Amino acid sequence: MAEQTPLYREHLQLSGKMVEFAGFLLPVQYPGGISAEHLAVRQEAGLFDVSHMGEIEVSGEQTYAFLDYLLSRNLDKIDQAIASRRALYAVMCTADGTAVDDLLIYPLSPTRCLLIVNAANIAADEAHIRAVADEWARVDILPADLAIENHSDRWAQLALQGPQSLQVLTKIASGLAGLGAPSTLTARFAADRLAWVAQLSALKKYQFTYLPLPLLLGETYDGPLHLISDDFEAGGTTVLVSRTGYTGEDGFEFYLQPEDAPLLWRMLVAAGAKPAGLGARDTLRLEAGMPLYGHELSRTITPREAGLDRFLALNKASFVGQTGLLAEPTRQLVGLVSLGKAIPRAGYLVLSGDQVVGSVTSGTFSPSLNKGIALALVERSAVTADDLGLPSAGYLAALPSDVDHTAGLHTLAIEIRGRAEPFALCQIPFI
Amino acid sequence: MSNIPQELRYAKTHEWVQLTGSTIRIGITDHAQCELGDLVFAEAKPAGTPVKPGQVIGSVESVKTASDLYSPADGVIAASNASLADQPEQINTDPYGCWFVEIELTAAAWPANLMTADEYKTFIGE
Repeated sequence: MAEQTPLYREHLQLSGKMVEFAGFLLPVQYPGGISAEHLAVRQEAGLFDVSHMGEIEVSGEQTYAFLDYLLSRNLDKIDQAIASRRALYAVMCTADGTAVDDLLIYPLSPTRCLLIVNAANIAADEAHIRAVADEWARVDILPADLAIENHSDRWAQLALQGPQSLQVLTKIASGLAGLGAPSTLTARFAADRLAWVAQLSALKKYQFTYLPLPLLLGETYDGPLHLISDDFEAGGTTVLVSRTGYTGEDGFEFYLQPEDAPLLWRMLVAAGAKPAGLGARDTLRLEAGMPLYGHELSRTITPREAGLDRFLALNKASFVGQTGLLAEPTRQLVGLVSLGKAIPRAGYLVLSGDQVVGSVTSGTFSPSLNKGIALALVERSAVTADDLGLPSAGYLAALPSDVDHTAGLHTLAIEIRGRAEPFALCQIPFI
Repeated sequence: MSNIPQELRYAKTHEWVQLTGSTIRIGITDHAQCELGDLVFAEAKPAGTPVKPGQVIGSVESVKTASDLYSPADGVIAASNASLADQPEQINTDPYGCWFVEIELTAAAWPANLMTADEYKTFIGE
């Protein structure tokens, strides 16, 4: 039985086409269609319900020493990340170096962090983290002071994405959204409302902050403006807001109580954010070259093969997956753009001449480029060692299709309906 | 509610079929285009291709999904609508005006296993 998110009724109200995804009922699109939602996020602002994402809280004195062993990324600057409230992307690996999941770490305090994991992996992640903690406690000299709690159903998550995200929030703060603008504004209250937008505007990419929910909703509020991580608790009214997302655009993600989510959702929609579904979320992340677990990362694909080297610290002290990750990968993730009208899909074979050299991990029609694009995992021997000289996807997509351009390009074919369709290697991201 | 013209017949794989003499025209239904969403690719098998029931005669793709059209009968493709490839979005606005292929039938009669408009309406749960 699929679970409903706290925003289920909002999706029905907006005539969202509901599908089951990772055990949750979510809209794949609203009546406007995937392309319109996609372009709204690229040009204006879109709003996603991402409440299905999992939240696993790790706390205790040894939180970060443990994470350093659990995760493949460098955590030696974690004190700075805690102080500046900056979220970090990381891949959690099996002993072989393949991916258990990719996740976002919110370092809330020196003794507490929130791991945001993929919905489909919540149970497997929790089991993996507990198993690694048990193993680590046996090896470590200190007794493990560590709590691991799956809080996935305690938090709703909304993602406001697009170049006009800040304008949408400003509109709410100025009471222009036509919602929650009480007529009896005190001077302090009016000032506070603008102050929170300034606070969000000052956030750098991946930074986060805490806001009192009443202020976000334009309600009267007399409490403190500057909140700390202790205030961010299940059942409270403190919202964690980060300048993060999965679209390649500017934007903010909000973590809040499930019961408060519908009001914030309606507020953001009233202020001009266009609701967008899973379909657009996937085409946007693919254009942005971001991996999707189960496609570019899995228990049979390592983060090195997925081209995530910049998030790996192979030479740090022992961590789970180190030995496997030190081996030179034989496969590599590449970006491909269609030179014709063909649209690649996950699972299609990639050919070099008549040799199968790999397969498509994600493929779609790109609404931004009006072309078929793909991420594919291919044998390293089939591609040149460095991709610095590759053309952009935009350049390739704009080539007129009636001329043969293959001469100057690094081309591969993708087998589509029995035909070898021509594709050219391009830079990642695609936009 | 989708548009389901009375004079056409329908396949379980959501093609509409129009019979004129010994020829049938085939396209995708309003319900199908609605389920698929914004269409961005369409192609039809070329004229001269012999076909059997269940054989692929064309394909459509939306941003997210690919879907094939199947022949309901034995015959030979007599005409193929090449203009669809340039404007697949037309299928969204005029699904019954956009035919993919015309098949010259081996037996000049309605192919077996097709539904009437009323049966198709029930089939898609409307």
